[in-house]
Amino acid sequence: MKDEVLLKTIGLSRTFGGLKANDKVSLELRRGQVHALLGPNGAGKSTLINLLSGDIPASSGQVLYRGEDITALSPHQRSRIGIGRSYQKTNIFPGFTVFENCRLAAQSREPRGTRIFSNAASYSPYMVAVEEALDRTGLDDVAQRPARELSHGQQRQLELAIMLCTRPQVLLLDEPLAGMGHEESLRMIELLRGLVASHAILLVEHDMDAVFSIADMLTVMVNGVVLITGTPEQVRSSPEVQSAYLGSDAEASHV
Amino acid sequence: MKSLITSRERAAAIMVFLVALAVFPQFDQEFYTELVTRVMVLAIFAVSLDLLLGYTGLISFGHAAWFGIGGYVLALLGTKYQITNNLWLTLPAAMAITAVASFIVGLFVLRTRGMFFIMVTLAFAQIFYFLFHDVKALGGSSDGLNLRGKPTTEINGWVPFELTDTNTLYYFVMVLLVAVLLFMALLLRSPLGRALQGIRENEHRMAAIGFPVLRYKLAAFTLAGSLAGMAGHLYAVLSGGVNPELMSWHQSADVLLMVILGGMGQLWGGVIGAFSFVLLQEILSVMFKQWHLWLGTVIVLLVLFLPDGMISIFGRIKALARGRNP
Repeated sequence: MKDEVLLKTIGLSRTFGGLKANDKVSLELRRGQVHALLGPNGAGKSTLINLLSGDIPASSGQVLYRGEDITALSPHQRSRIGIGRSYQKTNIFPGFTVFENCRLAAQSREPRGTRIFSNAASYSPYMVAVEEALDRTGLDDVAQRPARELSHGQQRQLELAIMLCTRPQVLLLDEPLAGMGHEESLRMIELLRGLVASHAILLVEHDMDAVFSIADMLTVMVNGVVLITGTPEQVRSSPEVQSAYLGSDAEASHV
Repeated sequence: MKSLITSRERAAAIMVFLVALAVFPQFDQEFYTELVTRVMVLAIFAVSLDLLLGYTGLISFGHAAWFGIGGYVLALLGTKYQITNNLWLTLPAAMAITAVASFIVGLFVLRTRGMFFIMVTLAFAQIFYFLFHDVKALGGSSDGLNLRGKPTTEINGWVPFELTDTNTLYYFVMVLLVAVLLFMALLLRSPLGRALQGIRENEHRMAAIGFPVLRYKLAAFTLAGSLAGMAGHLYAVLSGGVNPELMSWHQSADVLLMVILGGMGQLWGGVIGAFSFVLLQEILSVMFKQWHLWLGTVIVLLVLFLPDGMISIFGRIKALARGRNP
């Protein structure tokens, strides 16, 4: 179903000591939309992704997945119901081959993954997802290389491939283009364009050209609070955003 | 089978090793046959720890607890309470009871990480040490219990072999060692084994892609405990008795050293580690009076110069040979 609200937060908050890293954040992620999250460093973008993926528990508020409250679920439970995430700092299995990185992620979808006496490497139900992810991210050629030997850009692609192998419905992407070359960035944006029809995507990204070229919705955060949510045009023309974020010296160069 | 053995040289080395082991008792050197039996038992113990240390990334400093409990199960069932001294009952009982014990302990200790995990496993092992040291119902005393005899092997009146015979015990232990290695090889390439190695490699990401990490670690902890229980049972059979020292922290440290010496996360690392550790002990204790000092020195040097364990010697020799004639 296109436009279906997959993930929704209601008044989601997280405090670290006295600091309100996220303060009553409410937003909706719909299938078929790239929802970009903007804001200066420290605005709470990564915290929000961590709250959505369950990596850190919320202080108050709710996270709903297809209408069901999942606020209390652990990261692995959220992954199992269809929430996938990638990390800002590459978070792969460096000692394993690219193929094994993906195979392991696909294995997590197997209900009887604890079977003891079968050869994991030749167990075919995993392979469809693995081959698709390797093909989409363009990693087929390096499938048998240890992940630690890949270039930074390739590791970023692997980061995404691992997530895709878990067959998620919602993609939470924390700076997927960070440190990528121009060609690689273009490829990644193409990949996201291909994914968006069937997924809900939350994108945190500093590359403004990329964001404005692909985002359907934008949410701007400042100091843990949502400043505005709207289409790219609405956000661009908002005077609050002009002064609070887009006009600030630190980020002006990106715009 | 083919995929279990990664290269032809490796397969050849394993065959030579197994044939040598099989032939060894035929020299009828009872002392050495018993020594190698002991080494094979310790190899099972070390391989079981490697499942935690090398494959799941859990540094347990209390693994001797399971080894000791396995031995005590035999001593309590067969000697103190005289319920049964039958091998086919006591060995599975030792494995089942250590599995239950390690499962319960695992529920607590696996919630901790890193340094805390090391300390908590040590603390639990110390608890078991003092239980078997002080609780009379568990044969509590520093002398432990002497077995009234080797376990019987009778099945419905049929006696397939006698463990009182040194060579028979040797072959029995050897069969179990090979079975444990085969089991480990199958486990490690299975989905469960791959998931455990994923946890060692990157626990955080494993949870993020949907693996219930705690449950997997608990499975590894229970399996490793059970295999250590098997080794402990055999060790008690071999030495004819048990005492609390079996689960002392020295014993936990020794088996850690064996795995590190042999090579962590290598199927044969535990075997090589057990052989080299006992061999070093035997040689140095004959040569020197302060042999502990020398043992420590040798271990420090080995760990410094062969950080991947003795098993990496093969790879290094190969690399050297390749370097000279490219």
